[in-house]
Amino acid sequence: MLQLIANGVIIGSVIALGAIGLTLAYSILRFANFAHGEYLTWGAYLAWTALLGFVAVMGPMTPIEPFSFGWPLLLSLVLAAVVTAGLALALDALLFRRLRRRGSAITLIMASFGAALVLRNMLQFTYGAVPEYYSREIQVAIRLVPRDVLGGLRVTPDQLLVLGLTVVLVIALHLFLTRTTLGKAMRATSLNPQLASVTGIDVDRVIRATWIIGAVLAAVAGVFSGLTVQLRPQLGFDLLLPLFAAAILGGIGSVYGAVAGGLIVGLAESLSVPLVGAEYRAATAFVVLIAILLVRPTGLFGEKA
Amino acid sequence: MPDLAGLLSYGTFFLVFASVFALIVLGLNLQWGFTGLFNVGVAGFVAIGAYTSALLTAPDYPNQIGGFGLPVVVGWLGAMVASGVAALVVGVAALRLRHDYLAITTFGIAVTLQLIALNAQALTGGPFGLQFIPKPLSGVIADNLAWNAFYLALVVGILGLSYVAVERLVRSPWGRVLRAIREDETAAESLGKRAFRFRLQSFVIGCMLMGLGGALYAHFVGYIAPEDFLPILTFQIWTMLVVGGAGNNRGAILGAFVVWAIWTLAGGVLREIVPPAHQARAATLQVVLIGLLLMAVLLLRPKGLIGERTVVHQGASTEAKR
Repeated sequence: MLQLIANGVIIGSVIALGAIGLTLAYSILRFANFAHGEYLTWGAYLAWTALLGFVAVMGPMTPIEPFSFGWPLLLSLVLAAVVTAGLALALDALLFRRLRRRGSAITLIMASFGAALVLRNMLQFTYGAVPEYYSREIQVAIRLVPRDVLGGLRVTPDQLLVLGLTVVLVIALHLFLTRTTLGKAMRATSLNPQLASVTGIDVDRVIRATWIIGAVLAAVAGVFSGLTVQLRPQLGFDLLLPLFAAAILGGIGSVYGAVAGGLIVGLAESLSVPLVGAEYRAATAFVVLIAILLVRPTGLFGEKA
Repeated sequence: MPDLAGLLSYGTFFLVFASVFALIVLGLNLQWGFTGLFNVGVAGFVAIGAYTSALLTAPDYPNQIGGFGLPVVVGWLGAMVASGVAALVVGVAALRLRHDYLAITTFGIAVTLQLIALNAQALTGGPFGLQFIPKPLSGVIADNLAWNAFYLALVVGILGLSYVAVERLVRSPWGRVLRAIREDETAAESLGKRAFRFRLQSFVIGCMLMGLGGALYAHFVGYIAPEDFLPILTFQIWTMLVVGGAGNNRGAILGAFVVWAIWTLAGGVLREIVPPAHQARAATLQVVLIGLLLMAVLLLRPKGLIGERTVVHQGASTEAKR
């Protein structure tokens, strides 16, 4: 039981990071971006490429005890986040911005659906379909709770790090959105774009910031997923439904809602495993989604539907 | 002349598939083109139709539910009913809300159905799928080519009937309400039209056509598996509609044939020029190509090959807004 909860929280933190970007883009750009999952995949694979580059130059990676990886992976993570942000900005400039100018909000969803397939297939063309790993080091899980208490609990140091970094990122984002001018401008635009632009807020700058934050968090989530599970071309696509479920559950536009939603969806997925089997885990997100749409479509923290 | 026979056989195959796609695109056009409903789960509704019809009509499957050996017509009707019921469930949950929610919900049901198709062995045969789906009248028409030609005629007939039916629907007062809701929901509601109810009807009818398309596919190939209903199918159908022209039923059919021709051609060329070892990887380029086509049409020719005819009379507004 404890183990299932812990697994759920770890999956949940990956979902939460991805869902923050999705919910920000949704509330500021006003469309459901189906390509968001691919930012996770590209982030994860870009970090893998950077890691291979570091290893080629500096020799094999020596793990920092007790983790399964060393400094090169953290550097690769930063590099991958930067490039993924560039990718998101480029996609916006080439595709979304032009469609936005034409004022056809729903065409954007379709375009993002197309962009998702193109991005995923380009990735599969480049990297192939075989699963990859950042590190083949075997990690000994730490036993936090003995087996006779609620089934016991074991976690790997990597998983704890994922959890810790997620908390740090969410706090940093909270400070950014509440203390900086740009962060406040983003919240204003999300609440009322017309009013925001009338008061002199540079909407283009807000949109760029939205893409950058979303893509950086997506890349981090992708690397975390690659670190705790494995790297697959479907990594982001398989997470897309949980991401949407989390964003809607939390309430569109609400960062804290996305975090809460991510944790709830992660827990629901994990706790459903003994009931329906691991193969139906992804369907749990769908059940959560239908339930929230029927009961409270504005989400837990949302104001508008 | 064996070449001619081969060419004929290839041609009938191509035309049957294109016609089945055209039927599915007609369903999507009713939803998107005329009502503005965004369905990202096309593959899921097609799959429900295909599996339902297979389970109703196939001979008894060992160790498995289904295989009732019913007449093919019953299977096709059952396919439409099953897809319609699934659409009703999704529609009731999502259609009261903003359009994005329908997109996300339909995406979710397609993912969930794919999981069921892969894992519910007792119902769907799991990754191996369902085999021995009966081909109607194959006992009477023994020759393979002749049967393919017969089936092509059948599918084209059904497509023609569906075209006429959908055209009559969208030209009826009911169809005008759909367009009114699409253009301005508040105005339509203020005239006493219950937008939710009309949307739901349009969504269910569209999904029934998709289910029928899935059933027609299943009985032509005789074998279905989860991999026949991947998200790429949804994407192909969407590209067909966008390229042909949303809001125009003839455009929908034209788009199906044009995009299927491009897809088949690209696949053939890639198979020719890429060595066998890299074929799986090259197949991803086929998807990239279609994706770029969709984006190019969206950007450069948003109305498609033949777009919607403007129904608003001169003086009111020169162009129907999307």
